[in-house]
Amino acid sequence: MSMELIKPGINIDFVGKMKYAIAFSTILILIGIGSVIFHGGLNLGIDFAGGSIIQVKFSKNVSADQIRASLKSTKLENSTIQQFGTNEFLIRTSESFSDQKMLAANVEQPLSAAFNKDYEIRRVEVVGSKVSADFTRKAIIAVILSWLAILIYVTWRFEFRYAMGGILALVHDTLIVIGAVSVMNMEFTINILAVLIFVIGFSINDTIVTLDRIREIVKRNPKQKLGDIINSAINETLSRTILTSLTVFFTVFALYIFGGAVIRDFAFALLVGTVIGTYSTIYIACTIVLFFENLQLSKMKGKK
Amino acid sequence: MIKSLKIRLAITTAVCLVALYFLVPTFITQIPSPWNNYFPKDKIHLGLDLQGGMHLVLEVDADKALESMMERTANDLKESLMDGKVRFRNVERAKGATISMELTEASSKPALEKILNEHYPDLEIASSVPHDNGQMVNLKIKDKRAIDLKKLTVEHSLETIRNRVDQFGIAEPEIIPEGDNRIMIQLPGIKDPERAKTLIGKTALLEFKLVDDEHSLEDALRGNVPEGSTIAYGLREDRTTGQRGSTPYLLKSKTLLTGASLETAKVQISDRFGEPNVSIKFNSQGAADFDRITTENVRRRLAIVLDGVVHSAPVIQERISGGQAQITGNFTMDEARDLAIVLRAGALPAPVNILEERTVGPSLGSDSIHQGILATIIGSLLVILFMIVYYRLSGAVADLALTLNILLIMAVLAAFRATLTLPGIAGMLLTVGVAVDANILIFERIREELRTGKTVRLALDTGYNRAFITIIDTHITGIVAAIVLIFFGTGPIKGFAVTTIIGLLASLFTAVFVTKVIFDYVTLNFKIKKMSI
Repeated sequence: MSMELIKPGINIDFVGKMKYAIAFSTILILIGIGSVIFHGGLNLGIDFAGGSIIQVKFSKNVSADQIRASLKSTKLENSTIQQFGTNEFLIRTSESFSDQKMLAANVEQPLSAAFNKDYEIRRVEVVGSKVSADFTRKAIIAVILSWLAILIYVTWRFEFRYAMGGILALVHDTLIVIGAVSVMNMEFTINILAVLIFVIGFSINDTIVTLDRIREIVKRNPKQKLGDIINSAINETLSRTILTSLTVFFTVFALYIFGGAVIRDFAFALLVGTVIGTYSTIYIACTIVLFFENLQLSKMKGKK
Repeated sequence: MIKSLKIRLAITTAVCLVALYFLVPTFITQIPSPWNNYFPKDKIHLGLDLQGGMHLVLEVDADKALESMMERTANDLKESLMDGKVRFRNVERAKGATISMELTEASSKPALEKILNEHYPDLEIASSVPHDNGQMVNLKIKDKRAIDLKKLTVEHSLETIRNRVDQFGIAEPEIIPEGDNRIMIQLPGIKDPERAKTLIGKTALLEFKLVDDEHSLEDALRGNVPEGSTIAYGLREDRTTGQRGSTPYLLKSKTLLTGASLETAKVQISDRFGEPNVSIKFNSQGAADFDRITTENVRRRLAIVLDGVVHSAPVIQERISGGQAQITGNFTMDEARDLAIVLRAGALPAPVNILEERTVGPSLGSDSIHQGILATIIGSLLVILFMIVYYRLSGAVADLALTLNILLIMAVLAAFRATLTLPGIAGMLLTVGVAVDANILIFERIREELRTGKTVRLALDTGYNRAFITIIDTHITGIVAAIVLIFFGTGPIKGFAVTTIIGLLASLFTAVFVTKVIFDYVTLNFKIKKMSI
């Protein structure tokens, strides 16, 4: 006997539980929006807000307060200092040091004075306001265009209402991942943007598999009610949906645990995205296909 | 799909061999002598985030170049007007890149137009209004010409920076223009980022100007700067105390000679103190000019000004005809060497601003790559284990395809000299997920078909055919989204998108084509009654 996580012939009434799903999603999205408002907007990283990041590793025990004290009366006085692994710290400031001597005067000299030479500057990133404005514009265009491109492709391969189902599920996923990033008070960086785009790809991948099955059953039994068709399509593909999500979850989890501090936020957002992407395929995309179907039906009835 | 199993087997083998061929230099560092000629030389290029280095985006301030050009033009124009006997007042560069002037007689406007036409084809009259008995005239550069000049300025800057970086000696630098007026510079493995930034960003405008000894410096410092002179400062460092200060000089505004007349520059050690200085040699025109300047100004002081800072102002003792001079100052050996490089490579035609800088130390880079590779290996192992446990021998076939997929991605990266970055590793990890998904789709279909009582052969064929449509759709949507990212994304996102596209294309081949070849080969050559799936 082969191993089966999901038994064949499983028949869960997904469609019947859609109202709960809608309520659940709405709550998640509202929490996300609430968190963004509460935090006074997204915690934008220097890629989008401009500024500097300096990553310093010390060869002995040092606390964030000691570092803050050493930077007093420099331009980095009001910077955020965040521990980042053992004796490693991120110093973040909205100041962008375009002048070459600034970094030396504001970081190296005070640090050397306080900690001798027991430190190493491992990374410096400076993004000026012109570049960050560019990044922001390009990021928004990239996300929206990738939605549009997928919308066009799915409309061409399937039908418009299927495409709408897929796209709204993507918007749903994007909003929830952004919300999760905000709730955790993580920085919204270019890497998080990459996650959003991955989630878009992963979620549409999942959605298409289910839509494909719906289309296939519609061809087989054109008379059947769409609600029932959707239910059997989800059930028939459930095994594959869960398996694939699990494997992706494994790989991302490995990234989260072993990928190191630089990649941890990235991996966390990916984990959220993987779970939400799977959930939205089953509940959101199909709900919207059904909604458009009912809309069409009632329009047709209205005409009669 | 191609019917003949033999041809399909041949294709699979060929692709594997080509992939291995391109990966040889990545995996084997020292290829023994007669063989190394037959293999490619390129290893997989690691991004700056993985191997350490510096990424800079500079903006060329082309408007400044236009302004200083207009400054010079205004001076030339004065002489042309005098030569043409046109009466004028107050010719000077005005706001932006324009020249404002006053013609004292309205009737001389045609004469001005004639001079402009003959000697200054780039200029046109932007406006002219009657003023007293004359005309207030505003001149500007023709729009089309201004655009050309800005473009030239950026190109020239790019060339100059490329020269400097080449002479500095950095392996595999990447210097490419970005947009209208930006330059992207990547310097892998650089040890001293501050020094590299100074070297690249220095305008390095070398000027020779006479010191104005006829007027009082004190007077000028109090605010009465005489017409035709400017105040400039020289940096002084006290040897014993190490204190820095600045010395003011009153210089004639007119630049007698610039670094453009240099033929070469090199570091020399002075005999007296063993201090490094930079010795410069003029080209033939420059040498002739220098000869004339020194002849006419014996006993006066000639200031050597670099980017507005006076380095020294020696007294001209006698006529200098060899075309040789020295720039002294309190240089360290590195500073002198870098100054010689920038003087040889020439001045930047316009100042540059650093818009973006990312520097990753080599130790962080190697940490990142170890962690990235570790995560990829562990993630892949988990998936491989899962597939074998869940799908048994079929799972093992899928695992084989997966391994080939990763090899293919790396081979394509090596062959096209693409760069592997941290987001790129993430992209690779994700295609592992998608590739496995393709096999899960196929296997679940085959299981469904087997459950309806079909034979192994039939279940295989229908399973593959049914799943194929879905797989194509999922892969193409992924590729479509990634292509959008390549066009609109920035650096790190591009790295992610590139590996994703390569990975998705590879997965179509490995997860669908290659696994089918293996299944077909096994079922046709051995009598398989029951499938291990």
